[in-house]
Amino acid sequence: MSTLDINNIGEFLAHAHALEAEAASQYADLAEQMEVHNNTEVAELFHKLAEIEGKHIGKIDDKAGDTPIPHIPPWEYKWEGGQSPEAVVDMDAHYMMTPHHALRMSLKAEERAADFFQRIADNTTDEEVRSLSAEMAEEERDHIKWLNEWLKKYPEPENGWDEDMDPPMLQE
Amino acid sequence: MTAETALAPKHSPRDYKSDIKPVWCPGCGDYSVLGSITKAFSELNLDPENVAVISGIGCSSRIPAYTDCYGFHGVHGRSLPLAAGLKVARPDMTVLVASGDGDGFSIGGNHFMHACRRNVDLTYVVMDNRVYGMTKGQASPTTEPDWDNALTPGGSGISPFRPLVIALAAGANFIARGFSGDQNGTAKLLKEAIEHPGFSFVQILSPCVTFRPDQKTWKDDVHDAAVDPTDEIGRAARRLMTDDGFNTGVLYKGEREAFQPPIGEATATVADLEGKFAL
Amino acid sequence: MNQPTDNTTSISLVLAGSGGSGVITAGNMLLAAAAKAGWYGLMTRSAGPQIRGGEAAALLRLSSEPVSAQPDRYDLIIALDWLNFERFADEIPLDKDTVIIGDASAAKKTPAFVTEGPARRGDIDFKSMSKAIPGGRPNMIALGTIGALIGLPEDALDAALSDALAKRGEDAIAASRAGAEAGRAIAAEMPATPKLPTPEGEKAGRWLISGNEAAGLGAIRGGVRFVAAYPITPATEILEWMSPALTKVGGVLVQAEDELASINMAIGGSYGGVPALTATSGPGLALMTEAIGLAVASEVPVVIVDVMRGGPSTGIPTKSEQSDLNMALYALPGDAPHIVVAPNSIRDCVFTTQWSVHLAEAMQTPAIVLSDQALGQAKSVIAAPADIAFFAQRETATTPAEGEEYQRYAVTASGVSPMAVPGTPGCAYTADGLEHNPRGTPSGGAKDHHIQLDKRQRKTDDFDYGQHWADQAGEGDTVVLTWGSCTGPVLEALDNLAGTEQSARMVSMRLLMPAPKEQLANALEGAKRVIVVEQTHSGQFMGYLRANIDLPKNVEHHCTPGPLPIRPGDIETLIKEGTPS
Ligand SMILES: Cc1ncc(C[n+]2csc(CCOP(=O)(O)OP(=O)(O)O)c2C)c(N)n1
Ligand code: SF4
Repeated sequence: MSTLDINNIGEFLAHAHALEAEAASQYADLAEQMEVHNNTEVAELFHKLAEIEGKHIGKIDDKAGDTPIPHIPPWEYKWEGGQSPEAVVDMDAHYMMTPHHALRMSLKAEERAADFFQRIADNTTDEEVRSLSAEMAEEERDHIKWLNEWLKKYPEPENGWDEDMDPPMLQE
Repeated sequence: MTAETALAPKHSPRDYKSDIKPVWCPGCGDYSVLGSITKAFSELNLDPENVAVISGIGCSSRIPAYTDCYGFHGVHGRSLPLAAGLKVARPDMTVLVASGDGDGFSIGGNHFMHACRRNVDLTYVVMDNRVYGMTKGQASPTTEPDWDNALTPGGSGISPFRPLVIALAAGANFIARGFSGDQNGTAKLLKEAIEHPGFSFVQILSPCVTFRPDQKTWKDDVHDAAVDPTDEIGRAARRLMTDDGFNTGVLYKGEREAFQPPIGEATATVADLEGKFAL
Repeated sequence: MNQPTDNTTSISLVLAGSGGSGVITAGNMLLAAAAKAGWYGLMTRSAGPQIRGGEAAALLRLSSEPVSAQPDRYDLIIALDWLNFERFADEIPLDKDTVIIGDASAAKKTPAFVTEGPARRGDIDFKSMSKAIPGGRPNMIALGTIGALIGLPEDALDAALSDALAKRGEDAIAASRAGAEAGRAIAAEMPATPKLPTPEGEKAGRWLISGNEAAGLGAIRGGVRFVAAYPITPATEILEWMSPALTKVGGVLVQAEDELASINMAIGGSYGGVPALTATSGPGLALMTEAIGLAVASEVPVVIVDVMRGGPSTGIPTKSEQSDLNMALYALPGDAPHIVVAPNSIRDCVFTTQWSVHLAEAMQTPAIVLSDQALGQAKSVIAAPADIAFFAQRETATTPAEGEEYQRYAVTASGVSPMAVPGTPGCAYTADGLEHNPRGTPSGGAKDHHIQLDKRQRKTDDFDYGQHWADQAGEGDTVVLTWGSCTGPVLEALDNLAGTEQSARMVSMRLLMPAPKEQLANALEGAKRVIVVEQTHSGQFMGYLRANIDLPKNVEHHCTPGPLPIRPGDIETLIKEGTPS
């Protein structure tokens, strides 16, 4: 799916809402995973990211005002590759990951989101969708800047960051 | 679909998640499968109390406790008969069975064949990571013969079997393959599988990042099935036999009637039964 | 011993034949006819290993009193032919008074234990006689002869023949009657056997039933409506009877792919709120043990009927033994409190199985019913079992009030926690074989483990089993302590000794797990002699008793494995003469 045509404000809001909601819920899940695996530093970071995404949902709902947001089944959103652009790739998570890795994950997601909104703005025939989408793209680019700033505090760890001298535990 | 006309489901996917935190390794494909399952339930508008998630033992089989539906975490390999008993006794429940490739194809292999054949209206989800995760990485029936591990150094030397082909031969009524990296696509497969009457088998390629980090490349290997699902068993057989194992989508849809003997309709009393023994 | 006397109350006979001679059918007809005549009766069968055409024998004991055991000796043996008859030698005790009737023209094949024995002999050429009757069959001639010898009223046999052959039409009935008539006519030329007096009075309120049918009926009476099982001798008849019976009362039976599946299906059905059962024999129980442990941990009621046969392994599938006792008691992984009960007669198969459903449901735990081949596959005329009120009564949960949380494994005084039936809003939970906390969340913590172990133990320990834990009979300071199908011969021995110096009493344990320690100790109080009777090779029951109560030092032990039944005379001798050492 290379051209993205969303020409209806309801459909646009549904996409924007879902994008932020999925991101928020995924960060919350990741935070929980890190807690279970005793990686409190990254857990906190994911909690923070979840909170930020939660605020974005609020913003979109504000913008929607009385415009009804239609329900779209998860597989019928016009996402490239079928998953919400801001969804982080689960497989990249690691129990010993550092804030650097978490922020990089998040950064990639925000880049995909910015690109998504930008492409809608570029392709849509609906003026309201265009302006809102452009605004969202701008906002995502702000996040990217801000994440990049944040990332400076956490330089890439040296190789071996994931070394665990203990073997995995045998369970059931 | 027209977005405007769709009604929001009664319950969001979150509503089907329990507050028990999964113990899976971060990065494990099973997290995403849990997401697919809850999305499918939500889209199907099911009330959580009318859904049961049944499993055996394994990392993947931990799923029931992570849902807020009725659930049963049974013993290793026996999820299918546990679920069949529930469904036959309670046809009003929607029953989803969750398993792993060890639980489902090795220790539970016999039940797999007979569940396909019996065709009780169940949806059987096997999270296939080609390894025993829970017991620290041994070869399963779907593991490559040369995959080195502590128990069979240098590899098991045994060819993996093809669960989808077996399901077809044994009589499964719906056969599909999904990938955990495609949460939404897999949710759609699950919705279709649950809606389809009879025994529906969905293999979900779900990487084990701990014992099979090599499986991270699966995201580049999977591809949508090139053709639509068939209801023609001969075609399905050819397709599944020649398939590279990474074709995703609905691959076969049959028309067999589900097995559901009537229950709850009495035509006689216990006294009538006793009468047959009386002289 | 039942020496034949004029006022005999019981007659024992064997009808044997091979190659499709229909002796089992004829035996069933004879039992039905005896029932119609107002007699009680017990029929067991013995057969070669062939699926069809093998040598077979119907062993009957008919009496004017209820029959509780196989006899010490046989009054009459009728063999339609002698092929492989020696197979039955061990099972058919003969003496000088036994009448043996067979075909003299086949004399060469007559086994030595018959020709060399002291018995009285008669000669009937069943083959030639039946050829003379259009549609005639040797087994029907034999029926006529038996009937005349033992005093069975003609109309009772006639009626039984008509019932049994109704589907085959008038011609078949007429041919059989003609055969029986010929058999009756020739009986006058045979050595006489004792005759049973023609009973007077009330014969209503009696049933003709096998132990396996009785167990199936008990289960349905108790509320079982879901059965999953895999065929195995000698339990299959439970399933074959239950399948159509369940359909009629709104239940269902599923044939599973193996016993691993049957028990898990039964647990699944019960989890769904429908009282459930599976039935099997030793090899199947062995396969089920893991899942029975699951039912203990996840607290799902389920009934498992084990119709025991000779073991170990495939063993002797068509013969009885009590050697699954240890497995039923101890085979589950972990500390797994569950119920083990045993019926002690064919009639009691109804009660004990019904009770087991009640116990399993009330305590939300598996109940194993240890029946055996001697009860299960024997058919008997019995006094109709009493109507009892035991019915599945599971304590279920209702939607909790706002702000309250449902806890599936809540810790309660009785140990029993309300169990939510799937579909109940607000009570969704995951049943788990992993140790868990009261909510059902998996937990490997010491506290949760100890609390849940205690709770599960409390359920079965503190339950009130009432008087049903054992059947007691007789008087005296000698106590025969037994269980299961050994009870019948013990009761008969006690009857024979009643009023003599050797008069004794019996304690037959119906509840085996949890061990009724206190009740047992009380029941044994004042006993001067304790004799333990069981049908195993290794003394499993004795080991169990020793583990649970203080037995007197000089306790005597009658312990014989299958395949031969324990007979009343064995017990009588034992009480009179003591255990040979
Ligand atoms: C009867 C029995 N045998 C062995 C085990 C140990 N066991 C637990 S899980 C498992 C294999 C699980 O593999 P799979 O089903 O592929 O699940 P995964 O952990 O990979 O998701 C084994 C062998 C057990 N619990 N019970
Ligand atoms: S061991 Fe493998 S399958 Fe198990 S939780 Fe970890 S990643 Fe998942």
